[in-house]
Amino acid sequence: MNEAKRKLLNKRYRAEANFKLFGQIAIGLALLFLAVFMYKIFSKGYTAFQKTWIVTEVHYDKELMLIETDNPSLEDLENADYYDIAYKAMTRLDPSLPEEDDRQLIQMVAFTYEQEVKNHLLKNPSLLGKIAPIRLTASDDLDQVHKGNYPRDIPEEDRRVNDYQLKIYDMLNERGDILSKFNLSFFTNPDSREAELAGIASSFMGTVFSILVCLAFSFPIAVLAAIYLEEFAPKNKFTDFIEVNINNLAAVPSIVFGLLGLGVLLAVFNLPRSTPLVGGITLSLMTLPTIIIAARASLKAVPPSIREAALAMGASNMQTTMHHTVPLSMPGTLSGTIIGLAQALGETAPLILIGMVAFVNTIPGTPVDPAASLPVQIYIWSESAERGFVEKVSACIMVLLGFLILMNLAAQIIRHKFERKWN
Amino acid sequence: MNLVLISLILLLGFSSYYFGRKKATIIQSSQRLTALPKFYGYYLAIWCAAPALIIFSLWSVFEPTIVKNFILADYLDQNLTKNELQLIYTKVKALALGTYTGDINNFLDNSAGKYIQIKNMANNAKIVIVLAALILSLSYAYQSIKKNNRMREPVEIFLKWVLFTASLAAVLVTIGIVFSLLFEAIRFFQSVRIFDFIFGTHWYPAKTFVRDGQPDPELMKDAFGAVPLFAGTFFIAFIAMCVAIPVGLLSGIYLAEYATRKVRKYAKPIIEILAGIPTVVYGFFAALTVGPFVKEIGNSLGLEVSSESALAAGAVMGVMIIPFISSLSDDVISAVPQNLRDGSYAMGATKSETIKKVIFPAALPGIVGSILLAVSRAVGETMIVVMASGLAANLTANPLESTSTITAQIVVILIGDQQFGDPKTQAAFALGISLFVVTLFLNVIALTVVKKYREKYE
Repeated sequence: MNEAKRKLLNKRYRAEANFKLFGQIAIGLALLFLAVFMYKIFSKGYTAFQKTWIVTEVHYDKELMLIETDNPSLEDLENADYYDIAYKAMTRLDPSLPEEDDRQLIQMVAFTYEQEVKNHLLKNPSLLGKIAPIRLTASDDLDQVHKGNYPRDIPEEDRRVNDYQLKIYDMLNERGDILSKFNLSFFTNPDSREAELAGIASSFMGTVFSILVCLAFSFPIAVLAAIYLEEFAPKNKFTDFIEVNINNLAAVPSIVFGLLGLGVLLAVFNLPRSTPLVGGITLSLMTLPTIIIAARASLKAVPPSIREAALAMGASNMQTTMHHTVPLSMPGTLSGTIIGLAQALGETAPLILIGMVAFVNTIPGTPVDPAASLPVQIYIWSESAERGFVEKVSACIMVLLGFLILMNLAAQIIRHKFERKWN
Repeated sequence: MNLVLISLILLLGFSSYYFGRKKATIIQSSQRLTALPKFYGYYLAIWCAAPALIIFSLWSVFEPTIVKNFILADYLDQNLTKNELQLIYTKVKALALGTYTGDINNFLDNSAGKYIQIKNMANNAKIVIVLAALILSLSYAYQSIKKNNRMREPVEIFLKWVLFTASLAAVLVTIGIVFSLLFEAIRFFQSVRIFDFIFGTHWYPAKTFVRDGQPDPELMKDAFGAVPLFAGTFFIAFIAMCVAIPVGLLSGIYLAEYATRKVRKYAKPIIEILAGIPTVVYGFFAALTVGPFVKEIGNSLGLEVSSESALAAGAVMGVMIIPFISSLSDDVISAVPQNLRDGSYAMGATKSETIKKVIFPAALPGIVGSILLAVSRAVGETMIVVMASGLAANLTANPLESTSTITAQIVVILIGDQQFGDPKTQAAFALGISLFVVTLFLNVIALTVVKKYREKYE
């Protein structure tokens, strides 16, 4: 082999190695994106599962509560006045503070502190007349300070927590009167304008209802359609037309389905706006082609020998399909359905168009109550300027991703456990 | 009321299944039947419920229009426009339901009384007619149960019709999309010339907002030029493809040709996770992390960067699209017949030369198809743009400025309360139909190309 040939060969081998390297880099990049993404979300979001409380003492003073009877019933407690005792509970943190500056202390807790004092007493009526410790939800700004997400070294006028409040916070922190515990209210509270009180319960229920409505509409229609197209449809132009239609529908952008929901479900059928019912129907139109395609694929995977055996035993076409083919195809259909629902679960744009973006601070009890959904909640919170919502958004994303992972796992398990392999 | 009626029909339907089966079993004890007893049950149940339900739903669809015509007949001699009539009808309805607040005159009051009367009458008539139909068809079916009636065939024919109807759902959805978009878009093009929409370079719909009354047609002319949106849409899609095509295609090739079975088994599903993450999550990521990052880099290079840049949105969208291209091109490349590879190796080509010179050209139609599908995906993507690339429709080719897209403008216009009849709302539907046409066009081409390609090698 002469020198020129060897050079050429080396060059070709180098090109080979380079090409392989490019492929590896591409895969590495894709994986890197995923890793950075997950890291960012989790590192921002995990703190939202902790909630900060300020511990103080409250004197359940009958006189200040305007209770006149000696032995007040629960109803009396319910109607009593809590403003003064709650206010005093906060101001006692720093008795030296002049009265006109009291707001600074009050601002350190959530605006519902009066309600919290009331609920505490209603739970423990025996505390009436006594002085007892109580924990109050800290304001979102203080919460962020405690979690270290809020820079303390910027000039005071740019900060939402002033020097005095930081001083009180440090004092309380040293005394051990700042508590940090698992944030249950994030899961049980509805949405709120205040970050420290905002929770995902309302949007979570909205999501559950929409997905159930979506399942109830799309699954039966899609399975029946798939059975017709795969087992009964004659080979003609019209069947082809339906098939082309389904394939194209699967690739229509989701926002177009939102326009359909707005223009038909709301404007023509006058269904209630902002409700999971409309959201679910809109999503079901979107999920329909996905499930049809999955169900057809799994019907196709049932070998013809099954059908032939049934027909040979004298079963009719319909009996063969309903007793043998369809049951055998169910695992594939179900896992396809779950994957379709997981897609629908993450959809945001169509739900925004049908009005599920409204601020809802009640937990919906039925599919016709106004509600948001988890992805829309992410959108609403991320548009909010308050710093406290950033970690809430990340936490909400974690919950949503958790659901998606669970659903995909369920689809995998169904597929691997129940699907028959035909060889 | 309606719910009670439906449950009653369904309940009767279920119970008639048992009646039918019982009658058949009694006949069976003395004579041979031509079908299984349960088919007699199904037959009876179908005859019991189906006609009643069909009449019920037809009635429910047409009742409102008929009632409306009855009520508005009184107002026809007053020469009112369609909108005024609609307003009167809404008032009458609200008055009848007791939710009306406002001035009540005698005329309205009379109409409301009439409305309640007609509504009651219609309700009673509906119940009577539906139940009568149910009893008639049920008794017909019951007496037709005889030993030598072939009951399986009619039941199966009915089922087949049910299946066929379900398969029409997809067609219905498409028709629904086209008509709902067209209906509003046509009304939009009555107030804005289609030429101004397609070729206008200034998009500023907020300008047309006028309290009470019609907006100025001169303003309208200049407010709905969609060119900045079309340009922005394809610009962001282009940036996304610049990220997605190299990474996606190379990973697809690597997975198909180089990766060991084990690497492939794990890497492919992990990359596909990228496609399963909801777009709103990408949007948040783009707005909070990538946008500021791009801005920081740009500023350190002395460039003017908007914090909501097209680059950030496009790049994140590209990451989202990687798995579409990698998975599809992986499938397409794996489908290239082995003998093409063997032939190339036999000629002494290295693996990469085989890929570049033989496999890639052979798989090109399929790869182009998958890229077109990905482009259509990028064009229809909404949340990333809404959250990360601003809402002002600038006509620009600078990736560091913010631009807007068709989808983002639809969201901007329709978020919050919409008023039908407002040119702004109609403009969203006009945008919707242009989006639908563009993506449909891309999809049809992509699907045809991929189908042709599959046929070639199968």
